[in-house]
Order: sequence, then C-alpha cells, then structure tokens
Amino acid sequence: MATSSTPAEDVAQDGAVGRDSLTTRLGALLRTREATVIGALLVSLLTASLLVESFATPRNAGYLLLDVAAVAMIALPMTLVVITAEIDLSVASTLGLTSAVMGQLWTAGLPLETIVPLCLLMGALLGAINGVLVTVAGLPSLAVTIGTMAAYRGLAYVVLGDRAVTDFPLSWTSGVTGDVPGTEIPWIGLVLLLLAAVFGALLHATPLGRGLYAIGANPEAARFAGMSVRWIKLWMFVLTGTVAALAGIYWTLRYGSARADNAFALELSVVAAVLLGGVSIFGGRGSLPGVIAGVLLFGSISNALRLASVSEEALVAVTGLLLIVSVVAPNLTDRIRELRAQRARARVAAQSPTTTRTEQPTGGTNA
Amino acid sequence: MTEAPDTRTPQPGSAPARRGNGRANRRLPLARETGLVLAIAALVAVTWLYNPLFLSEQSVRDILLGATLLTILAVGQATVIVTRSVDLSVGSVLGLSAFGSASFLMAFPDLPFVLGIGVGVTVGAACGVVNGALVAVARVPALVVTLGTLYVFRGVDYWWASGSRVDAADLPETFLGIGRQSVLGVPVPALIAIVVVLAAGHYLRSYRSGRELYAIGSQPAAARLSGIPVDRRIFGAFVLNGSLAGLAGVLYAARFGSVDATVGTGMELEVVAAAVVGGVAIFGGSGTVYGAALGAVLLSTIDAALPVLQINQFWQQAVVGLLILLAIGLDRLLAVRAARRLRAGRHHGD
Repeated sequence: MATSSTPAEDVAQDGAVGRDSLTTRLGALLRTREATVIGALLVSLLTASLLVESFATPRNAGYLLLDVAAVAMIALPMTLVVITAEIDLSVASTLGLTSAVMGQLWTAGLPLETIVPLCLLMGALLGAINGVLVTVAGLPSLAVTIGTMAAYRGLAYVVLGDRAVTDFPLSWTSGVTGDVPGTEIPWIGLVLLLLAAVFGALLHATPLGRGLYAIGANPEAARFAGMSVRWIKLWMFVLTGTVAALAGIYWTLRYGSARADNAFALELSVVAAVLLGGVSIFGGRGSLPGVIAGVLLFGSISNALRLASVSEEALVAVTGLLLIVSVVAPNLTDRIRELRAQRARARVAAQSPTTTRTEQPTGGTNA
Repeated sequence: MTEAPDTRTPQPGSAPARRGNGRANRRLPLARETGLVLAIAALVAVTWLYNPLFLSEQSVRDILLGATLLTILAVGQATVIVTRSVDLSVGSVLGLSAFGSASFLMAFPDLPFVLGIGVGVTVGAACGVVNGALVAVARVPALVVTLGTLYVFRGVDYWWASGSRVDAADLPETFLGIGRQSVLGVPVPALIAIVVVLAAGHYLRSYRSGRELYAIGSQPAAARLSGIPVDRRIFGAFVLNGSLAGLAGVLYAARFGSVDATVGTGMELEVVAAAVVGGVAIFGGSGTVYGAALGAVLLSTIDAALPVLQINQFWQQAVVGLLILLAIGLDRLLAVRAARRLRAGRHHGD
C-alpha cells in the first residue's frame, strides 16, 4: 500500500512546498503530537476556568503544582529513558523505599541535613542497579524493572514494616509546601522549573541529547557512530533513580508521613503522562515540552474534576481514555492521510495516463 | 520496548544449525519447568519439615485455592506475551467481571448460577475484544493500550459499583458452592485451573493457530510475509486472555463472596511476574503456559510458606522481586550459552 502511494505523495508534497514552504512548515509544526497536547492543555485550562468556580485562583494553582510535583519530577528523566527505548517501572518503589529509609533514619536520630543527601545517594544506587542489569547483563528493562519494582517495594516494607513515621519537624514539612516569600508561587514550582530547564537543555540542546534519540532510533547505528550506548543508558537509569529519590523526599515531607506504601502504583501515572506527551514507547521520538504539557493536562483535569466534586473514580476512567485517544488518534489520522493520498494518486492517474505510466516503474524501484 | 532483531539467529539454509536450534528450543523450556517443579518441591519440603501442619488438608486446600486465580491469569497472559504483546489490564478485567457476575446473580437469584459464570466470562471477553481491536486494528503498542484500558475498565467498575458492594449473603448458595466444594480433595476452582492449563497448553503446542502465535512473537514481519493472519491471531490472543481474566473474576466472586470495585487492583504486574518467572520471554516467541502456571504456583507457595517459616511477612515482596531478576538472568545466561553452542555447532557443520 505504501509503495503504491509514494509517487502521488511526492507530487502532492512538491507542489505544496513550491507554493508556500512557510505555511507548510507551520502546518507540520501544528500537526505534531506536542502541539496537540499543548492545545488540549490550553483548552482544558480555559474550560475549567470558565466552568469550575475557584479553579483559576492562585491558591488552587499552587495546590495543583504541589499535587503534580512528584509525577512531574519523575517524568523528566523518564522521558529520557523512554526516548532511548528503555523503561523504568521501578520509580514508584524507589520513591517508597526512599521514604521508608528516610523515616527509619529520622527515628534513629540522624539530622535531616544528613538524611537527604544519603537518600539521594541511595536513589542513585538503586537506579544504577537497574542500569547495570540492563546494560551489563543485557536484560530487557521492562522485565528488570518489574523485578526491581517488587524488590524495592519489598525492601521498603522490610525497612519500615507497616509503621508510619510522622514526627518530622514542622520547619521542614511546611517549608516544602511553602511559598516563595512575597508571592503565591510554591517553592516546589521553582524547583520543577529548574529541573525542567536542566533536563530540557540536556535533551534538546546538547550532543548527548541528540545521542539519546539516535540510541532510541537505532542502538546498533548509534554504537557504530561511536557512542557508548551502554554508559549513556546506565547514566539515564542513575539519573531516574536519583530524581525518584528526590520525589520520595518531597512526598514524605509534603504529606508529613514516611510509609513503605507511599506512591504505590505511581509509575503508571508517570508512564501514562510521558506517553500522552507524545514520546514513542519504541524510543527515538518525543520532546520534553510535550511531556510537561501531558503531566499538567492530567493534573489540571483531575484537579478541576475534583473541585467540581466529580467522584475520584471518574478520574480513573478519564486518565485511561485520554491515554488511549492520544495514541489512537494520530494512528487514525495517518490512515486517513494514506487513503487520501491514494485517492489523489487515482485522480492523477485518470488525468494524465501517459505520465503516470512512465513514472510508475521509477517509483516502484525507489521504494 | 523494542529490541534489535536477533542477529544470532542461524541463517536458514544451514541445516545442522537449524536442527541444533530446534533441539535447544525443546530442551530449554523443559529445563525451566523441571527447575520450577524442583523449586516448588524444595520449598514445600523445607516448610513441611519446619512445620508439618503446612501439609495438612486445610492448608493444602488454601494453597491450591490461592494459586488458582493467579494461575488462570498467568496462562492467559502467557498466550498474549508469546505474541510479543502484553496485557496490563487483567487486574481491572478481573475486577469488572467479578462485580458483573456477582451483581447479575444478586439481581436474578432464581436463574441458574451457570448464567452468572457466562456473564463474567462474557464481560472479560468483551474487554479482550476492546484491547485486541485497539492493538490489532488501530496498531497501537499493546503496553500503551492496556495501560489505558487498565484505567478505563477500573473506572467503569467504579461507576457501575458507585460505592456499593455485593456480599456473600446476597449470592445464591449454589454459586458460592463452586468455591467451597471439592472433588477427591481438590477444590473445584483448582480443577478448573488445571483444565485451563492443560487445554491452553495443548492448543499452543499442537494447533496450527497456536504455533502461529509463537511465529508472530519471534518475528512479526516474517510471520506476516509467510501468510499468517497476524492481526487476527493477536486479536484472538487478547480475547482469550480477556475471557480467562473474566473466568478468574467469576471464581473470585464465588470464593470470597464479597465483591466491591477495588477487586484485583494491582494484580497485573504480579501476573506478568508469574509468566516471566515461568520462563515466558517478555519479548515473545518462547515459553509455555505450563511454565507460566508453575511460576504462578511458585509465587503463591512463597506467599503461603513465608508466614509458616516465621520469616517476616514483609520480606515476601522483596523475595518475589529477587526471583524475577533471577529468572530473567537465568534465561539470559541459557540463551547466551545456547548461542555459543550453536556457533560452535555451525563450525563443525561447515
């Protein structure tokens, strides 16, 4: 099918480029997944502000940020991992284990100034374990991280059992949800902005970032192009583990409670947001702005529905529908475009039978 | 995620290597299943020596009943994974079907309970049709689709139940009897699970369409070129898996009697874990439902044995995690060794 439609597509595209390349390029940009997600985000923000009372208030915006912060943080390195055609399902368990260890160390009497770096270091180590199993042992990351997901969550229970540690100092727990003095922007918003900037620059403005796409598109080719695929993948897992630990510290302080079952099943929300943001599950495609829009879209819809006192349960279905529509829609538009191209080809063939007859063999050999 | 096509696969045409490959393929899964049986036997023996009550009639019944649901789900999951797909929605399908069959029987207590089973299996099959259509027709990656339907089916379940629950008192005795009766000391649900395992195993091993599932999983493009109706087979695998998840939901309702909208939450990853421990390769093309079923039995036996061995119950999940890593590590080791043997064999063949 693809072979037969090629010449007609070429004709159509050449004509369009000749006419006006700027609008074509603009059109192409608007047709990207990122643009669709950002558009959907804007529409949902607008609808929510109009329909839901007290949605568009600074106070609610602050809450929204606090709610999405953990998913948003982890989604950043997860994007990088998925672009290299791997996945890390153990992030929520890393978060839980960090929380449990944090609680246990605090009970043991260590100051939080010592605990926080220790926890980040542990996160890096947990990520490195995933990375080593994937890169050195050559195991599929999907299976490895399902394994470590169970193992890390299990260790969290071993460390803390079903107890909860809640006596963290107020200066820390209210500090993490507090605002930047003089404004209504929570601190965590600034942290997220900083992290997003760092990861965005890493992915979109450095050779390493380009390399991640190359690895995802074709690891063999990337290796022959001189990239140390294994090292890079290993570091991506280390990065993910570290950020997941950071999210664990945030989660523990935000809810003032260290528990082994903190953020259970959060990995599914993270992966859903990343995929909604237009990152291909097969690697090699996607961008950070799209993912951030995906996280905010999920966050704002659930926030608005909650304010409108729609049951928590309806949210679950909306999350799933959104994810399915976001992947099915582009596939269907592709199909429709293919059909239209076929029809255009039939028209061209009907109008000038001689040209197509001479062109067709060329198209065939090219394809 | 995607994996580069296996470059180690012997070229067609080198006959000795091909025969060697066939032998290795036959030997490896068998080794896995024997290993699992030995592991289960060793675990049971150690636990029994520690506390002979572990093999009392009641306790054996509980272990068998505990393994039933996971086994049925693992069999369905293995069928899907073999085609290089995955179904993450099974926990939600189980919940939906459990609630569906229970509330059907609550509404029509006079109808024969078999209809309740039919309703549950139909609900499961319908979910499978949705998954299969999205994967096979819309050509969306199974991991993404079923992650989405995991939420959607659960949402439908919540909406349907809207906070209510069905209790054992609302259900006909005949239906609850499925979960309580035994034939020759084996609980009925366990018998159903054994039938499912044997039937699915026979289908995958001896039927043409069953073999085609393996062909699709090991090389989808080649399967398409050789005329296998790839989309229809994948669709079929999802419908089969959905129906089995539906059956598991019915058995859940019959055994526990009380069903709300949260039944089966988080079960999907345990099911995938059972299949992986059972030697079903996550990228398709190899593994048997017998292995997956044994993996499920091993995981449930660990669940049952840890408290008896007075090991802190909190270790259970950590042990399961290590077991998964061990299983895939072992698979990798065996694959590397088999590849090395094949290379050596090809040299001799030349």
